[in-house]
This record gives sequence, structure tokens and C-alpha cells, in this order.
Amino acid sequence: MAVKKFVVGNFDDEAVLFPAVKKVRRAGYKIHDVFTPFPIHGLDKAMGLRDTSLHTAGFIYGISGTATAVGFITWALTIDWQINFGGKPFFSLPAWIPVTFELTVLFAAVGMVLTFCYLCQLAPFVKKDHFNPRSTDDTFVMALECTDKTSETEAMSFLQTIGAKEVKVEYKETGWWLGRYDKDTMRFQKKEADH
Amino acid sequence: MALLRYESQVRPPLVDGSKDYHQVTEDICRPVEANPSRLWWIGFLVSVALLIFGIISVTMEVIYGTGQWNLNKTVGWGWDITNFVWWVGIGHAGTLISAILLLFRQGWRTGVNRAAEAMTIFAVMCAGQFPIWHMGRVWNAFFVLPYPNTRGPLWVNFNSPLLWDVFAISTYFTVSLLFWYSGLLPDLATLRDRAKVKWRKAFYGVAAFGWTGSTKHWQRHEALSLVLAGLSTPLVLSVHTIVSFDFATSVVPGWHTTIFPPYFVAGAIFSGFAMVQTLLVVTRKVLGLEDYITIEHIDVMNKVIVLTGSIVGIAYLTELFMAWYSAVGYEEFAFFENRLNLSSPYGWSYWIMMGCNVLSPQIFWFKKMRRNLFVTFFMSILVNIGMWFERFVIIVTSVYRDYLPSAWSTYYTPTIWEVGFYMGTFGLFFTCYFLFSKFFPVIALAEIKHILKKNGENFKDNMDEVEEESTEEFGEKHGHDHGA
Repeated sequence: MAVKKFVVGNFDDEAVLFPAVKKVRRAGYKIHDVFTPFPIHGLDKAMGLRDTSLHTAGFIYGISGTATAVGFITWALTIDWQINFGGKPFFSLPAWIPVTFELTVLFAAVGMVLTFCYLCQLAPFVKKDHFNPRSTDDTFVMALECTDKTSETEAMSFLQTIGAKEVKVEYKETGWWLGRYDKDTMRFQKKEADH
Repeated sequence: MALLRYESQVRPPLVDGSKDYHQVTEDICRPVEANPSRLWWIGFLVSVALLIFGIISVTMEVIYGTGQWNLNKTVGWGWDITNFVWWVGIGHAGTLISAILLLFRQGWRTGVNRAAEAMTIFAVMCAGQFPIWHMGRVWNAFFVLPYPNTRGPLWVNFNSPLLWDVFAISTYFTVSLLFWYSGLLPDLATLRDRAKVKWRKAFYGVAAFGWTGSTKHWQRHEALSLVLAGLSTPLVLSVHTIVSFDFATSVVPGWHTTIFPPYFVAGAIFSGFAMVQTLLVVTRKVLGLEDYITIEHIDVMNKVIVLTGSIVGIAYLTELFMAWYSAVGYEEFAFFENRLNLSSPYGWSYWIMMGCNVLSPQIFWFKKMRRNLFVTFFMSILVNIGMWFERFVIIVTSVYRDYLPSAWSTYYTPTIWEVGFYMGTFGLFFTCYFLFSKFFPVIALAEIKHILKKNGENFKDNMDEVEEESTEEFGEKHGHDHGA
């Protein structure tokens, strides 16, 4: 198993973290990930993460729920076993709206949650590495991935100048438990650099 | 700074006291990590005792059939369906708070949403018991599902409101559970990372699903919460609408009205908020969370109660008007004789309903009353009683004397086993709630931290100064010279 080197900086204020993320990217370091105790709006943009397409997945699941309900009820009540309910037409769509709606919601919700867990690789009994246990409490942890060219002393002092309270170097075995974000991260844009 | 959006100074803080992020974690995790108090044990054991009473009552019903209940030819739905609608109604507040108020960007929801969602899930669990055991031959309960069978296959009747209910309640339960648990993941991770004892590490390690707080995960989590909120909003409205269809699509006098869906939904929110108040007034005190569930939260929820109570009141008056205006003798009889007339056999129940649901909440027009904990607690109980009687009035007074005088029933009173079943669901509800409050954080940790800088008392004081600065200025001033 390959071992990777990370320079890890702990921040105690998201107001410091924000400009720091931008500066780190401008300086050309590769951010492995930033771990935060709560969602920080805009941090994903600042890190250059692509938008998630979970919404689209949810829409597709919802539509498939609608199609399942309408298709199945139509087949069951007009083709497979016709029953005369008080002289109403066999194909009585308005009466099927409630079940159709419920199945739409059910498919969308269950599908999205499962997709979310799959994408984030979350499941019971899964153990993952997030560098600092206090990142679920009050610390904002930025992990820089070191390449052959990276000088760790430079990276450490750089992190300190931009506001990290505590900096250290860590070695981690690579694997899915570290998360893979390369496909989700956009290259640092010229536009951002000018900003 | 994206985190410093404008927040009016007029709005009081949502988190009292001088807190930083770590203090928030400490405060909210303390009740989970400490040993259960004597009060907790007493409450828990009483709940378990009630639950056992309920199990015995249900067992009696299964052995001897629904004849164990005092239902008769005319009153086929008695306490059981009354309790079903009552519990489902209570189960509406949680999703309303977490979903609709999320879409409306109501910051105060963060203090109460986790407990309210848990309450929703437990209430729906209780509600589901009644139609299931009311089936009598409960071992055939799976007949309500559309599955290929040896009877043709004969499918379920998709045109029937009772089947819509099966889909609505089960979907509502599933979606609420997913919404609640996905929101809990980050907080369980906090507990996991703080755990010192072995079983805690193992328990929360499994429960937290390996949550790390990675920015990418948060981005997806936010997307998930938003879409689930968007889905739950029409869902929560649909559930009680469909429950009201159970009545409204029939031709029973007193049930056959078009205002039932909005009237039931308003009633559900009304009773749900009352139950949230009952639980939270006690929870905040016992667990010492007064800084997070503040008087402000209580005040806001009381405003919702007076609003929805008044909507329900208008619905009652509209029903009376429509009964008179329709000039249908049966409708008039149902409303003016069976309900309004105090000297008719069940007239008293109508007036309890009116008193508890329409008159008494009007006290909340006064700010002093809204912010008084004793009044709030007392009122929340009254509203719960009133809303139970609303369902009782709708069900029993409509069916015990309708079209055919020869079919009129004698006075319907429940048996001990019917009452025991109802008590049993209280046992189930509170057993679950006590376990929840012991093992899970009753306040959404991450969400409180998210709003802390906008709504925390110690931060709010400095907002004036901060608001004057532009984003860049703020970044320069508070950002650069921090660490180095």
C-alpha cells in the first residue's frame, strides 16, 4: 500500500480558513481535503470543488417512482384484473394521484440517501481517516497532499503565516478511506488567481 | 465572508450565553455522556410499564378479537381510529419544523428540529399500530400490500383512500426516518470522536457511518438535506390530507366535506406543536439546555399554536355554516343535534373540543403568556386533549346516529383494553423518546454551530460593527493577522 505524506494545518476560525484556502491554492499546493465541524457555505467553491449532481439523481429517482406507480396501477387495474369500483372507468387516473405522489417521494428520497452514502462511502462499520478528531468539534482541518516537489518545511511555515494554529506532517496509507476528490476538483482558474 | 450574512439586530439571539464552538459541543453532548439521572430512570420505567400494559391489551385483542373493544355495529371506528388520527397529527410537527421551516430559512428551527423529528418518527410508529391491530386478524395485515398472490392475482384497490393511507403513512415514516438519520450522522460522528469508553466508541462508530466532515461530503449533505426538505414539504401536507380523505370521500353526514384536507392539516400542525412544547419544556429543563431551546423558541411556537388553533376554529365555524346552508337534514342533524347540542349524548365532547382548541389558545395573543413556561406547558396539554376530542367528535358523533334511526347505537364507551392500547402507545412513544434523549444529541449540533455566528448572543452584540465593514475589510481585519 502506498504511503502518502500530508501537511496538516488546524484552524480555529472559519473566517481565517476562507482566505487561507484561496491563498493555498494560489500558491499551488494541492488541498487533499478540508474537514469542518459544520457545513460552511461557499467553502466548496473556494476549494474549487465541482457542484454535486445529487439533485439530478434525485430527480431521476423521483420520475422513476412516478412511472412505476402509474405503470403498475394501470397494468393491474386495467389489464391484469379489472374490477368495477362503483361504475367508475377502469383507468381512473385522478384516484391514483395519491399513491403516485407517495411513490415519487419514496423513490426519490430512498434513492438519494443511498446514492449519498455510496458517493461519500458511508455505511455502518466503515472507519475513515479525518486527521484530527477535533474536526467534528471545533477545529477546521486542512490537509495538503505532498508531492515529490513539495518542501514540507515551506508548506508548514506557509500554513502558519496564513493563520493555522497548529501544523504537522502526517503519513497515511492511501486507500478509499482517505476519500478521492481528484475528479471532483477543478484546476485553479486564472480568473481566481487575478482576484 | 459568506458566513456573515445580514441578521437583523431586532431579532433576539437564538443561542444564549457566551459560547464558542467547543462550548456548544460540550453543552449538547453532556446529557448523552453523563449517567442517566434518577428522573430519567423514573420516567423511563413508567413508560416501559405503560408499554407492557399496552402489549397485554393488544394481546387480549388478538386472542379474543376486536370484540374485546366496545365497538358496535354502528360505531365501527371508536377510540382506535381516533387515536390513529391523533398520533398521525402529532407526527406532523417534526417534519414541518425541519422541512418547511428549512425552506423558509427560519433560523430558530435549529434549536428544536432534532427532537421534533424524533418525536415525529415515534408518533407515526404509534399511529401505525391502530389500523394494523384494528384489522382483527392481524396476521393477514400484509394483504394491504400489492403483491402477487394466489387469489387471481387480485390486486389491492388503488382507488380507495384506505389504501392511499397505507402508502402515505409508510412513505412518511420512511422519509422522516431518512431525513432524521442523515441529519444525525455528523452529530454522531462528534460523539464518536469524543468517546472515551469502549462501548461508546463502538456504538457511535457504527452509528456515524464513518462520517468525517469532509467539505465534499458536506456539499452533498447540504444538497441532500435541501432536496429531502423539498420532498417532505408536500409530503407532510399530503399525509394528513389523505387521512382526511378516509372521512371526506365517504357519504357519512359530518364527514362528507371538502374543507377536510386543509382543516386536518392545520389541526395536525396545531397538535404537533403542542406535543413539541410538552416535550421540550421538560427536556430543556431536565437536560439543562435552556441556552439552546430559549424562551424565544417557545414564544415562536406558541405563535404557531395560536395561528393554527384559530384556523381550526374557522374550520369548525365553516362546517356549521355549511351544514345549515346545505339545508340537508342529515347534515344539520349531525352538526346541530349530535354535536352542538350540549344535552345530546355526546354534546359534551364537542364543547370540550371547542374550549380546548379554539378558545383557550387565544391566551397566546399576549406576549407574557407566550413566554410563560407554566402557561405553555398547561396549554400544550389542553391542546392535546382538545385535538383528541376533535377526532373523537368527528368519528363517533357522525356514526353513532346517522341515516337510519333503527341502526342508531347505544352509548359507546371504550373497554379497559381499548384504553390500555392507547396507554400502551404512550408507553411506546415515551420509551422511545427517553432512549433517544439518552443516546442521541437532542439538539442538532452542527446546525447550531452553523448559525452560532449569526445568532449567538456573544456574536450578535458585535454585529453592528461588523456589518459596517465590507467583505474585504472584514477578511483583512479578522483574517490575516490571526495566526502568524
